[in-house]
Amino acid sequence: MKPYSVNLELFEGPLDLLLYLIKREDMDIRDIPISQITGEYLAAIHLMKELNLEMAGEFLVMASTLLQIKARTLLPKEAEREEDEGPDPRAELVARLLEYQKYKEAAALLARREFDSREVYYRNVLPLFAQEDMTLEATLFDLLDAFRGVLDQAGEEVKELIYEEIPLEQKIREILDLLEGQNCVHFNAIFTARMARRELVVTFLALLELIRLKQVIAAQTDLFGEIRIYRVLAAAESRPDGGDAETPGEGPRGRSVESDG
Amino acid sequence: MDREKVRKVLECLLFVTNRPVGLLELSEIIGETQEDVQSVAEDLESDLSARGSALQLSRVAEGFQLASRDGFGYWVKKLFKDQTTFRLSQSALETLSIIAYKQPITRAEIEEIRGVEVIGVLETLSERKLVKIAGRKESVGRPLLYATTPEFLRQFQLWKISDLPSLEDLAKEAERKRSEGEPVAAEPPGGSDAGPPAPAEGEPRA
Repeated sequence: MKPYSVNLELFEGPLDLLLYLIKREDMDIRDIPISQITGEYLAAIHLMKELNLEMAGEFLVMASTLLQIKARTLLPKEAEREEDEGPDPRAELVARLLEYQKYKEAAALLARREFDSREVYYRNVLPLFAQEDMTLEATLFDLLDAFRGVLDQAGEEVKELIYEEIPLEQKIREILDLLEGQNCVHFNAIFTARMARRELVVTFLALLELIRLKQVIAAQTDLFGEIRIYRVLAAAESRPDGGDAETPGEGPRGRSVESDG
Repeated sequence: MDREKVRKVLECLLFVTNRPVGLLELSEIIGETQEDVQSVAEDLESDLSARGSALQLSRVAEGFQLASRDGFGYWVKKLFKDQTTFRLSQSALETLSIIAYKQPITRAEIEEIRGVEVIGVLETLSERKLVKIAGRKESVGRPLLYATTPEFLRQFQLWKISDLPSLEDLAKEAERKRSEGEPVAAEPPGGSDAGPPAPAEGEPRA
């Protein structure tokens, strides 16, 4: 069976996943409960594998690093000391996370500056497609978490009697149809109760593909808050080749989102 | 040239240019000292604001350029309709900030920090002229080095790269906010402290 291929390069990497879990579980970076984080990390990896997401090799390297650290903590103190030849992988990992987090802060600063000057226009500079009302863009891991919730609700009793190939393109169209004439839909609204597990998975992959293609945006009202899917209008339709497949004059365009207030 | 004339020439140049122009260059073109040009630029700045112009004097990338004031996005976006560009993605912003703070830097060094490939992101950043190739590193394989551009300074409203706060200060600031229970790092642009952004500022309702 050929897996549906959704390229994750534009999404996050293993360090993002770790920082995400640390934040979600409210852990201290300098003192991560290694057994817990390894469990959470492997669960996330497992879901990504189940979805056949094209996972960067780095995710697996990180998994083995975590397992190695965990194994060390289980060793008696003396054995640990004897083995203590190379650098401490745990200290190394903490240093990497702290270092990476610094640049995440810097990226947040740049984002604020970009936002603050979004309406200052210069000659020959195209305006930014701003998402003024967007509070937080959901990360891949927020989406995975939300999707896990959907899968859990679906339960296992859904027996798939007919093996049916569902084209990703069909699901992509269905999501876009759902968004037709609306600003946004709730994440859960793209799934329906009668969908079999496989169909849920394809729907989720279609959503990721739409996000990657910048046709939709997944956003949250606050950290770990509920996720809504927004259709990207106007700017998304413009193609570098100038081809414009849009039918003109259908509803308001140009503004991607309205505040929900 | 009398001062009034210098002011007009300066205003014209800063209107016509599509990149920030530095004091040295302006002083050579106009034929006045850098101090005089600087002082006239300040006049022009207050003048624009006094007459309620929609334009302002912008000081970015160690130069001057006229730019619009805030609050006209609604109409400007209509003018450019389908040509607006996207805001940078999270991974693009992270890669950009690594380059900004560690430049010149190789792709492998960026990937070492981010723990994930950045080929595609580097392409995007280059296309948008926010980073450029700044030579090769004299090490095995002589890999390309990347650095930020004046366009980067302009887009993020910086005079020079060293105007960015140090990473240590940023980390301390984040730590302080964290201990006060404020949202950090993932805080949205213009987020909580700015209050909800007025979405339709100056936007006609009908």
